[in-house]
Amino acid sequence: MVKKIIGQCYIWLILILMYLPILVLIAFSFTKATNVGVWTGFSFDLYGELFQNKEVMVALANTLIIAFSSAIIATILGTLGAIGAFYANKKFRKAFEFVNQIPVVNAEIVMALSLAIMFAALPSLLFKTDLRSYWTLLIGHVVLGAPFVFISVKPKLQQMDPSMYEAAIDLGAKPHQALWKVTLPEILPGVFSGFLLAITLSLDDFVISQFTTGPGLLSAGDPKIVTLSILVQDKIKKGPIPPVMRAMTTIIFLLVVIGVIGVSIYRNYQAKHMVSKKVRRV
Amino acid sequence: MKKNKKGFVLFKRKYLCIPYGLFLVLFIIIPILIIAYYAFSDDTGALSLNALVGFFTSWSKVNVLFTSVFIALQTTLLCLLIGYPLAYFLADKKVNKNAVLITLFVAPMWINFVLRTGATRDLLTWMGINGGNAPYLATLIGMVQNYLPFVILPLYTTMLKLDKSQIEAAADLGANPFQVFYKSILPQSVPGIVSAFTMTFMPTMSSYVISDTLSEGKITLFGNYIYLDFANNLWHDGSFMAMIMLVIIGLTMFLTRNSGKEEREGGASW
Repeated sequence: MVKKIIGQCYIWLILILMYLPILVLIAFSFTKATNVGVWTGFSFDLYGELFQNKEVMVALANTLIIAFSSAIIATILGTLGAIGAFYANKKFRKAFEFVNQIPVVNAEIVMALSLAIMFAALPSLLFKTDLRSYWTLLIGHVVLGAPFVFISVKPKLQQMDPSMYEAAIDLGAKPHQALWKVTLPEILPGVFSGFLLAITLSLDDFVISQFTTGPGLLSAGDPKIVTLSILVQDKIKKGPIPPVMRAMTTIIFLLVVIGVIGVSIYRNYQAKHMVSKKVRRV
Repeated sequence: MKKNKKGFVLFKRKYLCIPYGLFLVLFIIIPILIIAYYAFSDDTGALSLNALVGFFTSWSKVNVLFTSVFIALQTTLLCLLIGYPLAYFLADKKVNKNAVLITLFVAPMWINFVLRTGATRDLLTWMGINGGNAPYLATLIGMVQNYLPFVILPLYTTMLKLDKSQIEAAADLGANPFQVFYKSILPQSVPGIVSAFTMTFMPTMSSYVISDTLSEGKITLFGNYIYLDFANNLWHDGSFMAMIMLVIIGLTMFLTRNSGKEEREGGASW
């Protein structure tokens, strides 16, 4: 009983400390002062300003576009890679998994620098141009996400009954039909969590973005694509977080809360589903 | 390759990894090879040891390496000290039945990393701890704040797998709580500790946003130097420092290759 009380207190204490900076930011999103800690009366003005702030809105759009497009590409590449490597011979598979593991364990800044040299330093040395653009930013984010898709799909392949694909082929399915109708549904949870992970990593990324970004598609007239991370870093280098971004934090936080609720509902559903599946098999 | 009667290559499932294989070669292997070449060459493209000599003869750069290792070790230790009991309580059914809590501990990762760092800095400034009067403390708080989830996840995965009957047996056979912890729980959780260590130590060493923001530029870590080299187009010096980073990472991975692999992958695929 004592252990339970101590444990609960400890868990909540750390949780509150972890969220404290964000919660303070949210609290001060309802006042217009330039600094956190100064209260100049309650108002919703910052929320109105946020949606009229072109800089923030463009950065937000850039971030979302990059996150979704890179996650989709990473999911396709990583899933196909995982299936292919799983059915290749052992030596090849081991080598493949080793290379896939490199970006996972590597320091982000090393990956970022290597891509920057490949896209900027080397081309400017050889052809006097800088290749960095929307496309290199996209590649950078795929590098970030695809290895994690690979890692989340792999265990699902191991759990799969290997004779199911063979059975589908024996029953006359073409390989692409068997892959689409038999293999894919079996590994779908892994593909899905890989996709979510790729989106998360992309949304959160700063280092790779800063090193690989270049002139872009959306922000015409602007020399470089600015993602949210790049914009925020640029602002906080010079001073406190701009007031409008406090309002933005509230919105992001609400989305995260919805996400957490969604995840727990999904887990509950999955747990119940698994139980009923097992019962049926018995 | 087997071919059918019409001369087409017969499909095999392993061919599906070709696109991703090409991607890995193009954007992971080749860039790392380019870094290795850049680290040991000069602007004319000829091989040279300028970057190496420049690094080891510059006291400030070697000093930064040691400072980074020191701060990274401190951060990792603090994270482990805070995260270990936390993971234990979270995994203990008697204390916590709520699986949502573990998601809550990971959820800060969904709020933008730079924004979180800025928020921590603004709060600390309000509390009177800023880059002006306590750059080191501010940096350390920011690091622990940011990397705690990385420690909690692998430790939690290990704690779930603890052999409860062994722990109970130890207590039944007369071990006091301290002995139970030292002789049964701790040895069982070593894989989690090792993977928590590798997942925190490396990113802390190479991070530069946190130290830059929280110490207001007063504390320079290894990552800061690589970034400055990048910003000033000093590609060769930057590449050499990145190579040092790679060597340290390689060594850590080699030394911990047998323990904690499962936890790392479990942590990676939450």
